[in-house]
Order: sequence, then C-alpha cells, then structure tokens
Amino acid sequence: MSAVIDPGHAGHGHAGHDHHHGPAKGLMRWVLTTNHKDIGTMYLWFSFAMFLLGGSMAMVIRAELFQPGLQIVQPEFFNQMTTMHGLIMVFGAVMPAFVGLANWMIPLMVGAPDMALPRMNNFSFWLLPAAFGMLISTLFMEGGGPNFGWTFYAPLSTTYAPESVTFFIFAVHLMGISSIMGAINVVATILNLRAPGMTLMKMPLFVWTWLITAFLLIAVMPVLAGCVTMMLMDIHFGTSFFSAAGGGDPVLFQHVFWFFGHPEVYIMILPAFGAVSAIIPAFARKPLFGYTSMVYATASIAFLSFIVWAHHMFTVGIPLTGELFFMYATMLIAVPTGVKVFNWASTMWRGSMTFETPMLFSVAFVILFTIGGFSGLMLAIAPADFQYHDTYFVVAHFHYVLVPGAIFGIFASAYYWLPKWTGHMYDETLGKLHFWMSFVGMNLAFFPMHFVGLAGMPRRIPDYNMMFANFNMVSSIGAFMFGATQLLFLFIVIKCIRGGKPAAAKPWDGAEGLEWTVPSPAPYHTFTTPPEVK
Amino acid sequence: MGLLLWLVFSSAHASWGFNMTPGATEVSRSVFDLHMTIFWICVVIGVIVFGAMFWSMLVHRRSTGQQPAHFHESTTVEILWTVVPLVILVLMAIPATKTLIEIYDSSESELDIQVTGYQWKWHYKYLGEDVEFFSNLTTPKDQINNKATKGEHYLLEVDEPLVVPVGTKVRFLITAADVIHSWWVPALAVKKDAIPGFINESWTRIDEPGIYRGQCTELCGKDHGFMPVVVEAKSKEDYAAWLAERKVAAAAERELTSKEWTMDELMARGEKSYQTNCASCHQPNGEGLPPMFPALKGSAIAKGEAQGHIGIVVNGKPGTSMAAFGKQLSEVDIAAIITYERNAWGNAVGDMVTPKDILAFKQAQE
Repeated sequence: MSAVIDPGHAGHGHAGHDHHHGPAKGLMRWVLTTNHKDIGTMYLWFSFAMFLLGGSMAMVIRAELFQPGLQIVQPEFFNQMTTMHGLIMVFGAVMPAFVGLANWMIPLMVGAPDMALPRMNNFSFWLLPAAFGMLISTLFMEGGGPNFGWTFYAPLSTTYAPESVTFFIFAVHLMGISSIMGAINVVATILNLRAPGMTLMKMPLFVWTWLITAFLLIAVMPVLAGCVTMMLMDIHFGTSFFSAAGGGDPVLFQHVFWFFGHPEVYIMILPAFGAVSAIIPAFARKPLFGYTSMVYATASIAFLSFIVWAHHMFTVGIPLTGELFFMYATMLIAVPTGVKVFNWASTMWRGSMTFETPMLFSVAFVILFTIGGFSGLMLAIAPADFQYHDTYFVVAHFHYVLVPGAIFGIFASAYYWLPKWTGHMYDETLGKLHFWMSFVGMNLAFFPMHFVGLAGMPRRIPDYNMMFANFNMVSSIGAFMFGATQLLFLFIVIKCIRGGKPAAAKPWDGAEGLEWTVPSPAPYHTFTTPPEVK
Repeated sequence: MGLLLWLVFSSAHASWGFNMTPGATEVSRSVFDLHMTIFWICVVIGVIVFGAMFWSMLVHRRSTGQQPAHFHESTTVEILWTVVPLVILVLMAIPATKTLIEIYDSSESELDIQVTGYQWKWHYKYLGEDVEFFSNLTTPKDQINNKATKGEHYLLEVDEPLVVPVGTKVRFLITAADVIHSWWVPALAVKKDAIPGFINESWTRIDEPGIYRGQCTELCGKDHGFMPVVVEAKSKEDYAAWLAERKVAAAAERELTSKEWTMDELMARGEKSYQTNCASCHQPNGEGLPPMFPALKGSAIAKGEAQGHIGIVVNGKPGTSMAAFGKQLSEVDIAAIITYERNAWGNAVGDMVTPKDILAFKQAQE
C-alpha cells in the first residue's frame, strides 16, 4: 500500500513544472492553503488561542474559589465558566493541538509529500473557528451560555437548559465533523503514503498512536453527534429520549455520552504517549525500550476504552453485575498503561541523559501522568468511588492526566520540533523557566484538590464550607501561577519564530526519524520524491 | 510533592482536612479501609517506579560521562511487568467485590425513607408514617455575600434535617422531581444519584447518635452548591418521640387550611415561605434573574387575575425551571406565597388568596 505514489511519476511531475512552489502571498495563503505545514501551523495557533481563552475561564473559577463566599461571579455565571472551560479545553485546545502536530509531523515522519486529502484538511480546520465562534457567542446571548457542565447531562441540558443550547448543539456537530475528517485524513495518510520500506512496525510511535487515535475518533465522534441530536429532538421536536415522563431515560444520555466520553479521554492522551516515546529515547540517547509492546499496549488501551464507560456512572444505580464488570474492566487498563510507564523508565535506564526542555516536560509527563493513573486506579474501585465520585478528587485526577499528561505532552512536542518548524533554536533558559514554573504551578493547583475532594468537597460548586478554605487558596495561587506562565510560552515561541540560533537539520544528537533528514526550517514541500527506508 | 504538602500541613488544623474519614457505619469503615489499602499499594508502586526513574536521572546522565547502553527489548521483563500488576489487581479486586456486594444488599430494611431531589432542596418522606417535609438551606444570604461572619456549618445547615434512628437498617428510595441530583453523606458512605422518573436504592445503619452532613454531588443548576444534606441520628427512643411529635404537627398543619386567615397573617407567612421556596430564582426583591427566572415585581401574572397566578404556582410551567408547587407545598403556603407576591414590592393588587381558594382550584382540576 505504501507504493501508491510512484516515485518515477512524482519525479516526472516535478520536472514538468520547472519552478519552485512556495506559499501564496498574503492572507489568502492561509484561507486557501492545502499545505500540511500551513494547516498544522494554523491548528497549533488556534489551539493555543483556545488554551488561553479556556485558561482565562479557569482563572475566573479559581478566583471565585479563592475564598469561601460569593465574591466575583454569581452561581449562574460560575456554571457557564466551568462548562465552557471544559468544552474549550477538550475540543478547542487539546484535540486541535494534536491534530496540528499530526498535520505537521506525520507526513514528515512517514516520508509523505503532504496529507492524503489536502482540501478536506483545509475544510476540517476552518470548521473550527466557526464552531468555536458560535460556541463562545452563546456567552453573550440572553439567558447565557451552556451552564450544564461539559458533560451536559440531560435533563439539565434539555428541559432546563438556556435557549443558547441549540447553538451549543450545532457547534458540537461542527467540531465532530471537523474531528472525523481530520481522523480520516490521518488514517488515509498513514495507510497510503508511507515511503517505500516504511513497514507498519517501523513507523515512529507517534504515527502509531495517532493511527489508533484516529480510529477511536471515527468510532466515537458519530456517537457524540447522535447524543446531541437526540437532545435537539427532545428540545425542539417533542421526542422523549431522555425524559422519563415520555417513556425515555435520563440515564440513557449518560450511557451514550460516556460511550463517546471514555474513548475521548484516550484520544486526548494517546498522541502524547507517542510524542513522549520519541523524545525520551532522543535525550537518553538510547533506543525506545519495547517498541513492539508499546504498540500492543496502545492498541489494548484503545480496545479497553470501549468497555469501561460506565465507571463514570457508578452512582447512577446500575445493577451489581454491571458494576462489577465495569470495575474489573477499568482496573485492567492499569496493565497496558503500566507496561508503557515501565518501558519509558527502562528507556531512561542506563542511558546518557541530558535534560533540555522537551526532556523535562517528557519526564514530568511520565511521573505526573502516573500519579493521575494511581488516582484513576483508586477511582476504578467501585465501592470507594462512591466516596470519590463528583468530588474534587475526580477533578484532581483528570487534571493530573490532562495537564501534565496531554498538555505537557504538547509542550514537549512543541519544544522538540520547534527548531524543525522555525529553523531557529528556542531560548533554552526561558524554556526551562517555563517548565519549572508550569511544574510548580500545576502541582500547587491540582495536588491539594485530592485533599479537599477526600475531605468531602463536591465539584462544580461556586462556594464551600470553611473546612475546605486553605487548600482552595493554595490551589488558586498555583492556578494563577500556571496560567500566567503560559504567556511566557507565547513569548518563547514568538521569539523563536523571529530569530535565534539557526537550527541544524538534526538539532538533537540522539533524535531518530525522517523528519530530521530534511533541512530546518522544513521547506514548504518535502519528500516530493519518497525517501528510501531501509 | 504530596508527601511534602502532607508534612507541611499535618498540623491537622480543621481547615486542612486532607483525607476521607472512617465515617459512622460499618460500610463506611470498610470503604475507608479499601481506600487506604489501595492508596498504600499505589504509594509502594510509586516509590519503586519513581525511585528507579530518579536514580536513573541522577546517575545515567551525559554530564557524568555515562555511555548509553544499547539494550531495547526483553520479552521476559515485558511478561513479568504484565503479570505482576495483574496479580496485584486481582488482590485489590477481592475486597472491593466483597464490599460492593454488601453495599448492594438493601434487603430486610426496618425503615424506608423516600428521598426526592428538587431544585434546590431535598424532600424526605417516611413511608407508611404519614410524615414528610422539605429540607432547605438555612445559611443566610448575608453570610454567602460576605456581609456577615460565616458560621461553623456554613452551607451545610438546613431547617429540617433527616432524622433517623441509630442501630436500624434504613433504606433510602432516592429519586428526583426535576433534574438529576445526587444524595451524598460522606460519613455514611452513601452516594446515589437522584434521577427523575426512576428510583434508586441505598441503605445505612448508623452506630452512634450524631449529626452527619453532606451535599448534592450532581450538578443540578444554579444553586447546586446550596442544597446540603443533613442527617441527624437519634437513639431509638428519641426517634420515636420525634416521630410522634411530627405526626401531631402534620395534623395541626392540615387544620390550618380551614382556618380563617387575615391579610396580615398571610403576608407574614407568605414572606417567610417565599424566601425559602421562591427567592433563589425570583430573588428576595422579586426582580428575578431574567430571562431564565422572570421578575415577579410588576409582572403581568402577579398583577393579573388571581386564577392565572394560582395556576402557574400550582401547575408550574412545563419546559422551564418553574416547578409545579401544588404537589410540593401545603395549601396554606401556596396561598400565603401568592398573596405575598400580589402585594409585595409595590405590586399592591390588594386581593387575598386563601388556602380554601387553593383547595378549590386543585379540586376543580381533578
């Protein structure tokens, strides 16, 4: 399959146009582009903008929770902030960032000239500003924006929702279409455009994890679309999918939502697994330990992600046998995840390590993600989950897997590949400062949430008893620190784009892969003739 | 990091509470033990894995002149670190399964209480005892808005706690009237979602008399953070006395419907009931939070025909947050609230709606 592009033909085609293909001039370059690097760049900037916006909402939340009592916002607006923070971070920041990395790196890693479906690529990006523009506009509508949590449980999100919910539903549909098209593009590229000799088991792990992620996306985004469509029908067309009064079931909503939602959390972490599996070997100067087992572990995690969804619903009253099944299946996920962590640790073992910024973020990723894994294991234990469910313990858990997991994975990738993207080295001192400030801020923000959760503080409340006051103040201080630090990241990236030490084609001496065989910055068109992989 | 925070804060001041408590029942103690067992297993695994990583990071660095090794796979160790965690998981699953089976056995209960979640309060009904009441937050607005010093049980205090006898297996039948809520009392290790149209079961047997506090744990709208759960466990004798007293009070309350009410009496009772039942949406000053929660001050309904006003309060407005209060409140309270709404905040309609009017309205509907 990898020989779809005939090297002879491609060479001939290139010779036919005897001039250099550069980017078009002006703004229309970005609107009309079908170039994977341009589109990757747009995805990354878009996701960073959403990260700052969703982050500002987190700042509002933490400011309100700084002290007991209502100070800054009222409960209605607080609920809109928690909802929009979740939606924007999940669908606007983390997912597009990974699609951006996929766009930039997958063709470079498999030796392809571009993504397989470049026009669709353009469309799937440009749907996002439309979707998020509409979602954010709901905040300014009469009655306010979505206020029912990012999990939007019915009937709070149907019968009891503000009128803007219809715009929310349409926005989710657009995001879903964008994700599905992005995923199809990734699958088509990986399966069809690999350079001759690049067998599946020679692909970099980032390509592998993205291939599996793309299948997860194609499987579950339609389920989400079905879920919001049923909401739409309940709200406007008199159906009763989620209303017991009409013969429906509010719990059905949760089953459908989490059938999407659980694979979704792996969609947000698997590509980070892949990136870290490239970065740790590069800075340990030692090949990745257990490549094959890494591939199988990723596939096992993806499979298991489809049969654990009801662990989000241990308190809805599912029967004992169902409860036991989902408890055991969830605990099983610890096995392949453990294999991955052990493999990373073994890759580091007896290496020759240096700790540049990408490595710092990657090592922090492994350690802190594992802490999130431990709390995940605790949450899997159904009887104990009755005490943890919907408390700050859960908030701590999923922020530990998403912030030092997904987001540190993205930061690590950004620093690792910035020299390839910009042709300049980033400022290492500032990069390290960014890391340490993020590391301290993030732990200060999220670690105390374990404590208040165990002490009994429910999530999604704007006000709380004084017994939770001290740790909440610590959390808020940490969150402000983490938030402010991200402006430093913006500065570092802009500085790197504008100048800096020129980067060699392969700026990291331990790095492996085809992306390092092209010059830095990567030319507008690469691998118009496929490289030979031995 | 965790250990560090723990050491720093182990001065154990009340507001630094950092762990689950063993609670007040056998079930809550086994859940606590399960929690601690798994926590310590995680700590041990963490110390080994992170220990190896930190050792490696300290020793295997280029700056110490370390040459990289070249090993990159070993089927033996891969199998080893698949099987060992699997065994640990099975060991964890055994006590977890036992506890779960115990929690799910709600048979042979001695007292059944129906718990219904409303936006934003709890309703308790003692099945077969003819006693039922709402449990509302009593923390004053001034404390929430930082105009008064917050009390010890800030946001965790109610007008009427759920009263249960100790040493008795109490079964809770949990449901909701509007959106999904979740009834949680940490000390009892009982958390169950309250789902409109469905009834969930849970149970507890409390050892010692005491007051146990919890909160709603499923986002249920604006005042999700303001609907606490308070359970008061009394000795069996005290409970019996309390129940008898409640039955007498309930009978007296029913008597009130046929009493001749004066405008002043209705206004006084109406103001109190309005603040408890209506003010969280329509606001204490009647100005509401438009457009979700419309203003009553100057509203066409509050200033129009009394029948229309009674209709919306008794039957609610389908498709909105306005609940049907006919099933929730007594005729006296509904009459008092309507009278209050028609005459407060300058509405000054001047008429009076009596409990008998409400009764007549309800009977006409049937």
